Amino acid sequence: MIYVWAFVVGGAICVIGQLLLDIAKLTPGHVLSSFVVIGAILDGFNIYDKLIEFAGAGATVPITSFGHSLLHGAMEQASTDDHGVVGLAIGIFQLTSAGIASAILFGFLVAVFFKPKG
Amino acid sequence: MGKKFTAQNYKQAVKPYQPKPNLLINCLKAFVVGGLICVFGQLLMDFYMNVFDFSKKDAANPTASTLILISSLLTGFGVYDKLGQFAGAGSAVPITGFANAITSAALEHRSEGLVLGVGSNMFKLAGSVIVFGTVSAYIVGIIRLLITQ
Repeated sequence: MIYVWAFVVGGAICVIGQLLLDIAKLTPGHVLSSFVVIGAILDGFNIYDKLIEFAGAGATVPITSFGHSLLHGAMEQASTDDHGVVGLAIGIFQLTSAGIASAILFGFLVAVFFKPKG
Repeated sequence: MGKKFTAQNYKQAVKPYQPKPNLLINCLKAFVVGGLICVFGQLLMDFYMNVFDFSKKDAANPTASTLILISSLLTGFGVYDKLGQFAGAGSAVPITGFANAITSAALEHRSEGLVLGVGSNMFKLAGSVIVFGTVSAYIVGIIRLLITQ
């Protein structure tokens, strides 16, 4: 059942993106940036966790989960130690570091070993 | 051709010549492709949870890394950009689109060298995602700290 909800929720998030592209005439960069901000705000209200519980990868694979993970790592660190705002800075990339690191690594390797295709 | 184009009337003048996006078809394509990428992500997540004993929370990390690896390779082979033309937001919104943005920017500037080309242009497209994500997460985080204290 989780596969059905992953498909529906993940697909629906992409449709919202497509509507922003086609109707609001935003560029892909604007759409992705807005999605990340929306993900962080939804996590601020503890809504995004419920969506993940419900839809699994349908909520963790779209880019909105990047904003959610940024805030989540920051809040985890800030609430477990007493550094407050400094804790936010220590924790903010904790959950997303795997994604960013592998994107940089694989992107670099592909650029080194592949030739650009039209 | 005596009429001068200004920024305002240019948009009006080219409007009849622009292809009309077929909204329904575009949304359907985005829905199916985006949904399938998420289903594939769920498959990977279950695989990491069952085979390598990752917890439900930790499994998101290797899942994202695997999706990024696949997307980077497909970008290198020129496949992901074709998928992007077909699916629009369906391939741009998932994390694979983030990896595609980084890899294609790196590939595009490969000819300018590894440092000035690949290194400095890699985040040309994806950088704004990280910038706005970090800034908004910081602001929301401060607000939440203030409220809970």
